[in-house]
Amino acid sequence: MASQTLYDKLWAQHLVTQRDDGSALIYIDRHLLHEVTSPQAFEGLRLAGRKPWRRDANLATPDHNVPTTLKERSAGNAGILDDVSRIQVETLDANCESFDIEEFRINDERQGIVHVVGPEQGATLPGMTVVCGDSHTATHGAFAALSHGIGTSEVEHVLATQCLIAQKMKNMQVRVEGKLGLGVTAKDIVLAIIGRIGTAGGTGYAIEFAGSAIRDLSMEGRMTICNMAIEAGARVGLVAVDDNTIDYLKGRPFAPAADQWPAAVEAWRDLVSDDGAHFDKVVELDAAEIEPQVTWGTSPEMVVNVSASVPDPNDAADETVTQGMTRALEYMGLSAGQKITDIQLDKVFIGSCTNSRIEDLREAAKVAKGRKVADNIQLAMVVPGSGLVKRLAEAEGLDRIFVEAGFEWREPGCSMCLAMNADKLGAGERCASTSNRNFEGRQGYGGRTHLVSPAMAAAAAIEGHFVDVREYDYDRDSAREMSA
Amino acid sequence: MKKFERLQGLVAPLDRANVDTDLIIPKQFLKSIKRTGFGPNLFDELRYLDEGYPGQDASSRPLNPDFVLNQSRYRDAQVLLARRNFGCGSSREHAPWALDDFGFRVVIAPSFADIFYNNSFKNGILLIALDETTVDRLFQETEANEGYRLDIDLAGQQVITPSGETIPFEVDAFRKHCLLEGLDDIGLTLEQSGAIRDFESRHRPANPWLFRDV
Ligand code: SF4
Repeated sequence: MASQTLYDKLWAQHLVTQRDDGSALIYIDRHLLHEVTSPQAFEGLRLAGRKPWRRDANLATPDHNVPTTLKERSAGNAGILDDVSRIQVETLDANCESFDIEEFRINDERQGIVHVVGPEQGATLPGMTVVCGDSHTATHGAFAALSHGIGTSEVEHVLATQCLIAQKMKNMQVRVEGKLGLGVTAKDIVLAIIGRIGTAGGTGYAIEFAGSAIRDLSMEGRMTICNMAIEAGARVGLVAVDDNTIDYLKGRPFAPAADQWPAAVEAWRDLVSDDGAHFDKVVELDAAEIEPQVTWGTSPEMVVNVSASVPDPNDAADETVTQGMTRALEYMGLSAGQKITDIQLDKVFIGSCTNSRIEDLREAAKVAKGRKVADNIQLAMVVPGSGLVKRLAEAEGLDRIFVEAGFEWREPGCSMCLAMNADKLGAGERCASTSNRNFEGRQGYGGRTHLVSPAMAAAAAIEGHFVDVREYDYDRDSAREMSA
Repeated sequence: MKKFERLQGLVAPLDRANVDTDLIIPKQFLKSIKRTGFGPNLFDELRYLDEGYPGQDASSRPLNPDFVLNQSRYRDAQVLLARRNFGCGSSREHAPWALDDFGFRVVIAPSFADIFYNNSFKNGILLIALDETTVDRLFQETEANEGYRLDIDLAGQQVITPSGETIPFEVDAFRKHCLLEGLDDIGLTLEQSGAIRDFESRHRPANPWLFRDV
């Protein structure tokens, strides 16, 4: 057989029928659900008198709307002060109950951001197709699972038929070779990639992230990278299977049982692109050249090195770009030529499906340890990605490090990543955020978001403005001791 | 899904690249558990001068006079003319629901984000990708001529301008068929239940760990 890319293999393994017009029916192994994009889909099923095709393929958890303060959380759903949010979470509970779908409810320790929960439970496995009514489903591609976001009509379609009508994408390889500098992380790699190819650079492609710098990353780091594939326009981000993948999954609740494990591992070992497989587009980056990244505008592609300055719209390639940059600078309250490290902040958010896993919290804690949040920072918050991440972090003492430094330590959920709950920016407030989108109003009406890595966010909280973590004096090994 | 009928649609120009789904419909409105009623909050942050919240009476809010859809000449627009990478960002289907609820049936732009593209067709909204030069020209014509309408002929895959010029466009055959006939995807797929079961009967023995008996 001709050489295949990882994406080609996953596609072929799930093809139910191919239509003449290029569209195809593909089979879905895992369907993750949350409260925001599912109610209309369940309603559709009910109106048509349909049932889920395979209930064991579905797993649900509320995440977008859930409050993150202990006060609201301790009362469960009843504690959600916003009526509309509460109804949405209750609707998910009711739908899961009536359609008999497994759900981790608001105060279940396994609850969390759906893209943190899936892998953590082993509910995301190599070789699967994974979909969810959420664009950051690309995250799960870190496990060599063909994963992407879908809309609500498709949620209903997958519930009813276990299939999706899809079209094969093109293949892109993004190869990052070499060693990352000290203090440079997966987040910086992916922001640098988006800066290079643009927010539409990956449209129509499945991107496989490859190269020695990607192989050197932990699974958490790979998830951070795949998570933001969609910010480069690609619905799918993938990383090939290796020992890291397999070690991460072993023993997780939904992972194959001991008697099936050897056969599963053998099958997964093939989930790599063959030598000589054809990619329609290849992009290469040198890891050693990547600096910590900071976005300055209202699109993730508006990103620069921390050592740089805010760019000048007049230097842009065409008129549409100049207009977009000018509008972004105005919205962000910045001017061309301003040094990134001179940008003063009001709030700091460490969390989201991009950067709320244990490794992210360890990185941030290393920087925060023994220090205090700057006076000009009104709120610095750390929101773990799931109840289990929270418990592990607390067992390692990370919560105490954060709280002693003046950060708030919250309950798990999406929180200020999209500000559907009470956690939000006020108009004009400027935030260093470890999330994935800096769109206008994303973190609150009129709010200004700068995307950075967890270490960069923590350092910004301590200093009150951006600093280059590579030059920042902190104990880079302390997290290992903390977790030992 | 409603059928897509040939239409002579009033065109409104939204001159801005990378319009993301947060801009099309901000997150506070995603708390609704319905599919309808999003029209008044389409482009909420651009359209109004204050911050919107769900359940509010939109008619009493201060309008942003500079925003294109607030100009009376565009109020009944059915065709939205936009710039590249329209609909990027999240998977929220609330974005096409809001466009539909406002009255838009067609969006023309140089390019669209993938998930938004799918979601729109599932809701009977036709997205037409035309090259940048043509889109530029349509912007100029729309702005220069009040009441500018385009004839959108999906069956013939062409846009016809008031001067009679025809601009062909691409659309995949399956999507076109579904739109013209107003077909429900799920019903169509369920006609292939046999093929799905056959697939499962091969997939399951090869990957037994993917099937849990809960
Ligand atoms: S954390 Fe943010 S990006 Fe991730 S699923 Fe939640 S809202 Fe979406």
